Amino acid sequence: MQIPYTVMARPDTGVYNAKAGIWLFLASEVMLFGALFTSYILLRVGAPTWPHGYEELNVPLATLNTAILITSSVTMVMSWASLMMKNFKRYKLFMALTILCGLIFLIVKGFEYEHKFAAGHFPSTSNFFAVYFTLTGLHGLHVIGGMIVNAYLWGPGSKMWKTDPQRFTNRVEVAGLYWHFVDLVWIFLFPSLYLL
Amino acid sequence: MSIDAHARVHAPTVLSHPPAQHAELGFWRKYVFSTDHKVIGIQYTLTALLFLLFGFTLMMMMRWQLARPGEPFPTLQFVVPLAAIGAIVVLISGFRPKVGTVVGVLLLVFAAFVYWVASGEERMPDGVMLPEFYNQLGAMHGTIMVFLGVVPLAVGGFGNYIMPLQIGAIDMAFPKINMMSYWTFFLGGVTMLISFFVPGGAANSGWTSYAPLSVIATAGQTVWLIGMVLLITSSLLGSVNFITTIVQLRTRGLSFFRLPFFVWAQFVTSFLLLLAFPPLEAAGIMQLMDRIAGTSFFMPAGLIVSGQIQPNAGGGSPLLWQHLFWFLAHPEVYVLILPAMGIVAEVIANNTRKPIWGYKSMVYSIIFLGFMSFVVWAHHMFMTGMGTAISAFFQATTMIISIPSVIILSCLFISLYGGSIRFNTPMLFALAFLPMFGIGGLTGLPLGLASSDIHLHDTYYVIGHFHYVVAPGTLFALFAGIYYWFPKITGRRLNETLGKIHFFGSFVCMNFIFFPMLIQGLAGVSRRLYDGGQQYAHAQGVLYLNEVMSVAAWVMAGFQFVFIFNLFWSARRGKEAGENPWEATTLDWAATPTPPVPHGNFEKIPEVYRGPYEYSLPNQAKDYAPQNELTEA
Amino acid sequence: METANVEDIKKHVRVYITVFAALMALTMITVAVSYLHLKIVAAVTVAIFIATVKGSLVASYFMHLISEKKMIYATLILTAIFLAALMALPLFAHSDIITYHHVP
Repeated sequence: MQIPYTVMARPDTGVYNAKAGIWLFLASEVMLFGALFTSYILLRVGAPTWPHGYEELNVPLATLNTAILITSSVTMVMSWASLMMKNFKRYKLFMALTILCGLIFLIVKGFEYEHKFAAGHFPSTSNFFAVYFTLTGLHGLHVIGGMIVNAYLWGPGSKMWKTDPQRFTNRVEVAGLYWHFVDLVWIFLFPSLYLL
Repeated sequence: MSIDAHARVHAPTVLSHPPAQHAELGFWRKYVFSTDHKVIGIQYTLTALLFLLFGFTLMMMMRWQLARPGEPFPTLQFVVPLAAIGAIVVLISGFRPKVGTVVGVLLLVFAAFVYWVASGEERMPDGVMLPEFYNQLGAMHGTIMVFLGVVPLAVGGFGNYIMPLQIGAIDMAFPKINMMSYWTFFLGGVTMLISFFVPGGAANSGWTSYAPLSVIATAGQTVWLIGMVLLITSSLLGSVNFITTIVQLRTRGLSFFRLPFFVWAQFVTSFLLLLAFPPLEAAGIMQLMDRIAGTSFFMPAGLIVSGQIQPNAGGGSPLLWQHLFWFLAHPEVYVLILPAMGIVAEVIANNTRKPIWGYKSMVYSIIFLGFMSFVVWAHHMFMTGMGTAISAFFQATTMIISIPSVIILSCLFISLYGGSIRFNTPMLFALAFLPMFGIGGLTGLPLGLASSDIHLHDTYYVIGHFHYVVAPGTLFALFAGIYYWFPKITGRRLNETLGKIHFFGSFVCMNFIFFPMLIQGLAGVSRRLYDGGQQYAHAQGVLYLNEVMSVAAWVMAGFQFVFIFNLFWSARRGKEAGENPWEATTLDWAATPTPPVPHGNFEKIPEVYRGPYEYSLPNQAKDYAPQNELTEA
Repeated sequence: METANVEDIKKHVRVYITVFAALMALTMITVAVSYLHLKIVAAVTVAIFIATVKGSLVASYFMHLISEKKMIYATLILTAIFLAALMALPLFAHSDIITYHHVP
């Protein structure tokens, strides 16, 4: 016996198991980042002074990063769409682009961090920087996690396309949901930290 | 023990797994890194029981200090009984590596650990407990009991083993994630234990780890935070699995309102864990940043500690920690009680031979309870200077949340009326749960009302209140569950006489331990005092109760040894149970053999035709109608 | 999973490209607005509003939320309610402190 609904959706819920699972996980991630945002709001509201993001941080670089992450979201969904259209080569291309975008995002982030450290700004410097480093740091860790999964699905994991294509497509869809969420968090992080 | 039972040859009528399809797994994949929910459930159960005993031992050491402050600790009197029960379990289980042997050896290791920890200049010079060490015991007792004991047993143990059976599933939706969830829990537990060996000892800022004390505390607090991150991860993996399984893998005919109440309880509990834990994870990360990276999330500027100004930049809010902590910790207490209510419902329905009264009300109540549990948390913060408006809000939600609790308890009580009650050991524990949880719940009311909380906050009254709910409350329900489902897991019954001795002894002792706390709290004795209130004039009149409670705690340990012996003795020599010894209607009893088919649970996937508690239907040959059986005309 | 054919997917791809363009445009807009250095309340409102629109586009189209059934929606709505409580109540507690006297 196989566990049911691993590949085909259960009719009344409309989802297969992994999709239900990832959405539940994402709900918990909303609470995780939400709690950090809440903390940011509380600390800022309670502080006598708080610098504007654009005074302390590099807005053009972060705008570039935002564009990169949004692009990676498109390439991610395109990689899934390619599998749905049974085009494995296209899938590999788009997934590779997604991973590349993620890598560029991290490199740019690395530049930003290094620049801050060189200027003597550390998490301990002020709560502004504590919030900045913690929020972007945790987001960065999530980017790394997503990239590891994507790399696996591009590389060794892609063997499943030959043996169980629908299940593999589902895996890519689920990984995509996670990756879009990471993009979504950044969509809120970017203005909150850099533009306000 | 039970895992050996699984290895017994079973001749299914319809093969659940064509033999060609899976090769026999090696020892490590079968018993250690198993992905089978039954094995994982047993792993969780045994690990959690060990941690419960360990947390209890820490408390018994504290109770020595409280009853006889400043007196040298009688190490051998604590260590020898622990070692003895460990040796007995090893002897019963046999020396070839069986589960019982492992447990027995671990008990011996614990005894050695107690011997080590009850000495040493930093902990107990000349056997006299230092206040710093008392604080470590206090913080770790709470942490271990809640996060390593009760929840892993109630959710990881019972939930994992029983829930898939009750919904007719062959396993959880994500078996590998299930395995990861156990091992992450295990790692988290080991991390917590390691914290005792770190310079400065274990965490000592209470299980609540309030800032700024926790931020400036010794290294053990950092280890505690890392342990919590691991435990939260384990919990998240588990809750995703539970919810997906219950939603997606219910068998044919099993609509939501035909689910056993136990499954509903696990379902709501999993949502609480899923959505309430992440803010604590965020808070834990921030506290780690404060401790390691020198940030000031929770640290105001200019704190002076031991004459030294702290160098942090400041601007932080200790109250932020409290909000984030209690946002989890309040739903956490419902995580502690909901599975217990689920178990009690099963045992009561089965042993009254009638349906649960008000099943639908109970289901709506438990859903409402779960929802409300997210918006009551600041009743733990009434004394933090919150204004009247916000206090009124939390007071109102707290009063409202007592309603579904009362409905559930009332339905369980009313379910007894007109029943054909069988007073076996699980039923005795389930029955005792009702008034004990009642006392626990009622004593919560003056705490939930802001005005009376002024007098009672941070006193022993609070400790009495929550222990009533968790100890003779949840723990009794968990015992009921163990006595009830032991036959399913092992194929043998626990000894009834020993069970009744365990029950009556524990019931009496529990009340002698926790009722005096309510009295001491009303007299104004504060909690977390390492001398039990000796230095305070207002405590003098109730100090004698410390001795009473301590003796009761030590006697209580004796009765738990009866249980431990029963557990391992009956696993090997208990009376054979038969397929459905309790004549129960739910799928876990009626649709699977005893023990369940090792791979796939069912000889034939059941289909459900009726609700979960169809006992004593008129004009039927037997007094129970299993969910998966078509009735005779 | 949806039994989709190549035509359906091609339609989806057109949607993805449109959403991509919209997201880029909104990003430019939100950065441009920040240069106006609006007062804090207005700045936060505009920024969060634009972010919400962007987020909704990602969720609805990239994450296919727009075609999902009740189960997912129910979980997300529940999450949103609890997140709102987590954000609002501590702020409320922060502003309602027992020592403040309301001077009329």
